[in-house]
Amino acid sequence: MGKSLKRNDNTYPSERIKFSFFPGCSLKASGHENTMSLLKFCNQVNIDLIELEDWNCCGSSSAHSIDHMVSQNLPMRNIALAPKGIPLMIACPSCLIRIKSMYLKIKNDENLQKEFEALWQKPFDEELEIIHFFEIFDRISLKDYLDNPKGKLKNIKIAPYYGCMLSMPPDLRLEKNYYGVMEKTLSKLGADMIPYGYGARCCGTYLSAAKPKLAEKVVNEIVSKAMEAGAECLVTACSMCHLNLEIRCTLKNPIPILHFSELLSMALGAQDQKKWFPRHIVDPVPLLKKRGLISS
Amino acid sequence: MKNLDGSHQDLADEIKAGTGIDFNSCLHCKTCANGCPFVEGMDYVPHAVIRLIQYGMEEEALNCSTIWVCVGCDTCSSCCPMAIDIPGIMDGLRHKAIKKGIKIAEPDILNFHTEVMNTIKKYGRTHKLEIMMRYKLKTMDLLSDVGMGLKMLKKRKLDLTPSKIQDKKAIGKIFKKK
Repeated sequence: MGKSLKRNDNTYPSERIKFSFFPGCSLKASGHENTMSLLKFCNQVNIDLIELEDWNCCGSSSAHSIDHMVSQNLPMRNIALAPKGIPLMIACPSCLIRIKSMYLKIKNDENLQKEFEALWQKPFDEELEIIHFFEIFDRISLKDYLDNPKGKLKNIKIAPYYGCMLSMPPDLRLEKNYYGVMEKTLSKLGADMIPYGYGARCCGTYLSAAKPKLAEKVVNEIVSKAMEAGAECLVTACSMCHLNLEIRCTLKNPIPILHFSELLSMALGAQDQKKWFPRHIVDPVPLLKKRGLISS
Repeated sequence: MKNLDGSHQDLADEIKAGTGIDFNSCLHCKTCANGCPFVEGMDYVPHAVIRLIQYGMEEEALNCSTIWVCVGCDTCSSCCPMAIDIPGIMDGLRHKAIKKGIKIAEPDILNFHTEVMNTIKKYGRTHKLEIMMRYKLKTMDLLSDVGMGLKMLKKRKLDLTPSKIQDKKAIGKIFKKK
């Protein structure tokens, strides 16, 4: 990596970047519109994603809550499956935290390395790079793929929502911080980014199932604060947050919630919205039409 | 004040050894309590749970709803002036409560986690629809949220069939008790 992919004259960069890709359960079996737009976008910017072969669940919030050993073994197997020499890209913030925390834990603990090697019968890869989807913007420049980037998402007022998982738990506090990536990227495409103070608030995760009233309250708070600040839509970085913000919002006329990947892919000219938007509870089509971002 | 002969420290020593978290630097400044988005569903605010441990009040600490309502969003640990991994302490207390087999303050939340783990054990991946159906059966709460479930199915937010891993032996390795 690290090679500059600068645009020369009228040609778009042709060199393709390869990542191994960990989808996780939410992207694989629930947030399909997120996955479809993510894959589309990566293809548009010359990124090849190779799905990690036979990956398993990262353990999510449940494994570490009730079974310490299993919560270590689940991410460990995924690390063992990762091919050497290719960065492992994870788009789900929760999966990223589980897998990256475990990776760093093993890296700094000889006993865990021995355990890893005994369990998975292969050496621990100390060079493995585990990155979040946001980190692709360190490696590519959208400007290289667009003639008039500023006009792509013009005049749409977007409130960025990161959720809590990208706020880095204690063991990842010295790692990369992802706040600001959505503002920086989308404003370069002409969007009007709205600060509202609730972008890192937790969406309620599984309390949405076990304590719906508690989840409802936090979700309504997030969406209403964004609306009060003047946002016309929210953009999320996490498929599970997207689900909670949609299903637990009981406000009267809530604003639509888009996936970051949907906006990115649209800005680059994707015409696949008909596959994505019917899966949204709040239809984003009227707003996007009003702003001239889609025609049908 | 309880057990000031020193035995009150046993619980603190145990949780500290198990989690590797030094919570004795807690200032009890209540930043965690004020910042927690779910505090109203808790019987003790987060720093009060640390206090329970410091006082050696094991029963209260293991029986409280806080350790289950905490989802580990790290709002508290992000703003804690002493950078204490508060959700990590909750993990430690939950594990101890399960191990001791005591009455769980929030059985629904434990049921939910158990159903998630059951699908992982079966498929290597989670299967949301099965988790929700089994969870509803277990909690005997069949009617609430039916509309929501149907809406999710209609919007194709829940896959009907599970996504599975091929290497079934690996699941055995992951779940094998030492």
